[in-house]
Amino acid sequence: MIPRTGMMRAATLLIERDLRLAFRRASQLCHPLVFFLVVTTLFPLSLSPQPSQLRDIAPGVLWVAALLSSLLALDALLKSDAEDGTLEQLVLSGQPVVVLVAAKTLAHWLVGGLPLVIISPLAAMSLGVAPDAMLVTAEGLLMGTLTLSFLGSVGAALTIGVRRSSVLLSLLVLPLAMPLLIFGARATDLAMAGEASSGPLYLLGALLAFTATLAPFAAAAAVRIGVE
Amino acid sequence: MLIAKNLHQWRGERHVLRGVSFALEAGELLHVAGPNGTGKTTLLRVACGLSQPEEGELVWRGQPIAMLGAEFFWELAYVAHDAGLKGDLTARENLRYAAGLRAAASDADISSALATLNVEGCAELPTRALSAGQRRRVALARLLIGSAPLWVLDEPHTNLDAAGAALVLELIARHLATGGMALVAAHGQLALSSGRISRLELT
Repeated sequence: MIPRTGMMRAATLLIERDLRLAFRRASQLCHPLVFFLVVTTLFPLSLSPQPSQLRDIAPGVLWVAALLSSLLALDALLKSDAEDGTLEQLVLSGQPVVVLVAAKTLAHWLVGGLPLVIISPLAAMSLGVAPDAMLVTAEGLLMGTLTLSFLGSVGAALTIGVRRSSVLLSLLVLPLAMPLLIFGARATDLAMAGEASSGPLYLLGALLAFTATLAPFAAAAAVRIGVE
Repeated sequence: MLIAKNLHQWRGERHVLRGVSFALEAGELLHVAGPNGTGKTTLLRVACGLSQPEEGELVWRGQPIAMLGAEFFWELAYVAHDAGLKGDLTARENLRYAAGLRAAASDADISSALATLNVEGCAELPTRALSAGQRRRVALARLLIGSAPLWVLDEPHTNLDAAGAALVLELIARHLATGGMALVAAHGQLALSSGRISRLELT
């Protein structure tokens, strides 16, 4: 008997596969990132370029742009696998679907969310955010985008069978993402005012722990229904 | 062995499977035949455990598959109507990831499986660039990696040339000779060189 592949090995294989696929489609990879940068630079152009005014809107702009650009890539999380039949094969691989879905979500975040976090100081700088607050913004976005990916995996799994699902997906996920927006923007706000921002950051961490542990189970159940 | 007892399944308002029963023994091929739209694919998907029958039960080695879960999936290889290949990955990568999720697959295993289906030349090409027949062959190569005793094949001859169709039958015959089982949906006749065939006609 050939030894079975372990759960963790299967998860790393799947992450490797999805990363490889993402890099074969490099142009798609850049879309959310370019969107994020374009949106954040549009605000100074359309409002006034006064640094004081830009600083006032910076937290909101950064977080709304990050939220929308993460949402942009979410549709592809499970859709392409469902369309070519590989999702079915994943379910039939005998590995726990929860682990597979979590691995796919993580891979999705690595190519869609992490670059956003890395580039966020640049966007923050263009809005006149002080260096201390940039770090807090990046920290917040790190937790926020990951939470959003997990939340989004549930939405993506529920809309597997729906054609043109991106609007429905946004309607499902955006309301759930409101706490992220509120606490994330608040953390940046506090840091810019020179106050302690650990409170909202802790809350973001709690949201991350909550979604990362529960969302894969909900998404796995939805995937099983979706492939039926 | 796989036993289906009185399976019922609705597709929306249509009662597709109406009390289907069969028993599949080791070394046997069950040929699911019938006109289009009579539920061949539905039956195969139920038999794989991908969808739950609304009534009836499937039993694998004496236990209901609903209870077995992953234990049943380990012993199953399903080649669906969609090839289940990623167009951006090469044939070799596709097989490595698909098979690797189940059990460690060496490069040599993958090469020999591709060679058996006469598509070794496509190993390093993205499957998007292959013809439909070549993609089907790559999908079928998955059967040969790993050692699933139960093969479930949905129209395995689609897009294949005459030599390819004969090759599929040859592979099934070899699989049956080693005590394997096959559940195949296909139009027309399946002429195996050896092994037992039973036929299930859906109407």
